[in-house]
Amino acid sequence: MKMKDIFPSMPSMLKNNMYVELAKRNLKRQSVRTILAAIGIIIGVIAISSMGILGNSLKLSVTDSFADVGDRLVVSPAPGENQITERQVDQMRKVANIESIIPVSSSGEIIEYKKSGATIQSFVSVYSISKDDLEKLAELEEGRYFKAGSTDCVVGAGIASNLELTPGQKIELDGNKLRVVGILKEKGMGFDINTDSGVFTSQEMYNKLYPDAEEGYNTVIVIVKDIDNIDAVSDEIEERINKKEELVTVFAMNVITDSLDDVFRSISMFLIGIGSISLLVAGVSILNVMLMSTMERTKEIGIMKAVGASRKDILKMFLLEALFLGVIASTAGAILTISGSYLIMALIVKNTSYLLTLSSMFYVLEGFVFGIATSLVGGMYPAWKASRMKPLDALRYE
Amino acid sequence: MQQAKPSPSPKKKIVPSDRPYPIVYLKDVKRIYTLGNNRIHALNGVSLSIKKGDFVTIMGSSGSGKSTLLNMIGCLDLPTSGKVKINNIDLSKLDDDGLTAIRRNNIGFIFQQFNLIPTLTAIENVEIPMIFNGQSSEKRRRKALSMLKRADLPLEFANHKPNEMSGGQQQRVAIARALANDPPILLADEPTGNLDTRTGNNIMELLKQLNASGTTVIVVTHDPKMEEYSNTSIRIQDGEIIK
Repeated sequence: MKMKDIFPSMPSMLKNNMYVELAKRNLKRQSVRTILAAIGIIIGVIAISSMGILGNSLKLSVTDSFADVGDRLVVSPAPGENQITERQVDQMRKVANIESIIPVSSSGEIIEYKKSGATIQSFVSVYSISKDDLEKLAELEEGRYFKAGSTDCVVGAGIASNLELTPGQKIELDGNKLRVVGILKEKGMGFDINTDSGVFTSQEMYNKLYPDAEEGYNTVIVIVKDIDNIDAVSDEIEERINKKEELVTVFAMNVITDSLDDVFRSISMFLIGIGSISLLVAGVSILNVMLMSTMERTKEIGIMKAVGASRKDILKMFLLEALFLGVIASTAGAILTISGSYLIMALIVKNTSYLLTLSSMFYVLEGFVFGIATSLVGGMYPAWKASRMKPLDALRYE
Repeated sequence: MQQAKPSPSPKKKIVPSDRPYPIVYLKDVKRIYTLGNNRIHALNGVSLSIKKGDFVTIMGSSGSGKSTLLNMIGCLDLPTSGKVKINNIDLSKLDDDGLTAIRRNNIGFIFQQFNLIPTLTAIENVEIPMIFNGQSSEKRRRKALSMLKRADLPLEFANHKPNEMSGGQQQRVAIARALANDPPILLADEPTGNLDTRTGNNIMELLKQLNASGTTVIVVTHDPKMEEYSNTSIRIQDGEIIK
């Protein structure tokens, strides 16, 4: 028997609304039992969808920190090599499909600042980078970028907030005073350069700060035109430069984001697995409730059969009841999940943006669908059992 | 096994042919129940022929086999051996859904216990057989109302649930339900058994009226007074017809 035969179509089912009416009344008849069974489904739906949302929000919050870096390669000197030379950078320029090449020199500096009376030391990275390249890597929060060749600098959000800097103030690095002309937007953790704790200045100023620094660069960031070409670009750079010996290491950022994706997918699956157990329990309780219903209504089933109900009719009646229970409970579960998660995120995390994404809503839909499916599966055996009852035996049942 | 039994489509009305035939025909019907090691011969070779328009009472003491006989005619039970034909259709050739279709279109049941669905109102109870016959809700409503009228139920009870009605009223609803799909045969199993004498007589009068309009009525009873309503009386004892 096909599902199509049992549920011909929604319009005709609603037109023959006696089935719907019967299902409603039979569920109402044992309202306490119905509510208890519904609570089982509601908990199951909430468990599945909230676990899914939890996993998804974790994933989103971490991958967001790595956003926009998937199209980047970080080229650093191979172990044993100190610098990337200008010649190697020129070799990279010959590789096709590259959007831009950003050579960076960097050094570290300890700076001191006062916070509530105490002097705190903090580590900052000092970068030599061209103004144009910095624009590609980080956005300004306030102020402006430094001019080429100037002694001005732009600082990351972390340093600015620690030192309570505003554009126009000066900071001292190793005895040299630099004027802060711009403050960058907060960016979060990165694998290329740490903009939040960085001080960016021109090459001229950098050379003044570190007159003894070797020629060349510490890191070269390569932005590819098309993320699909990233592996090819990576291979070609290695081929060109590491022809004879290992001079540079090329590291693709998407490797990190991909493996993070995998990790969080596993976490999501694990959490949903836990949620599914509660739905399984709910399914068993539906099975139990419907079985009790068929037993109690044996005589009614006999009457229905005597007055002309076929097996299909009886099957339809009981499945519709299970479907009703499932739809109502799953809807309640979905609404509770969305409103509950919203409250939790708004009150505790103070950020609801991860909840209202398509991928989070997908888990709500998944919980909803699984809730209905569980009810239907739980109702299937009792419905089948009811449909197979012999009318004479059922009529005699007291 | 299945392919040898052409069963009529469940929703289709089974159309009788023009040739005259008994509406109920039993030939050498035996029904043996096995209870543990005991074999109980509930029917022991019953042959019977009932014409269209008859009013038949089947009399017998309890355990005589009269209910078994009624269940055979009502397609609720199949014989161990022998032949049963309803409206010229051989029941032995039908599967479960085929038997359901015969019941739905040919037979109206009236029970001693009324057997109404407790969650449904009077009019909804009458609609039930029409739902299984695929009637539209509007048509059902109208027909159910006219059947309740025909069964003499005061119409203010149409929206009452069974537990809000007297026994006689419930039996009238049950009769209206039995009439819902215009069956040619009405089967009543002790229809007055749970009613007082006066109400019982009213119900028998109603059955008599229905018979007068062409419906074949078969009543199983142990009350000899019921015989006076019928034009044919069958007495059954120890699973055999004695008169």
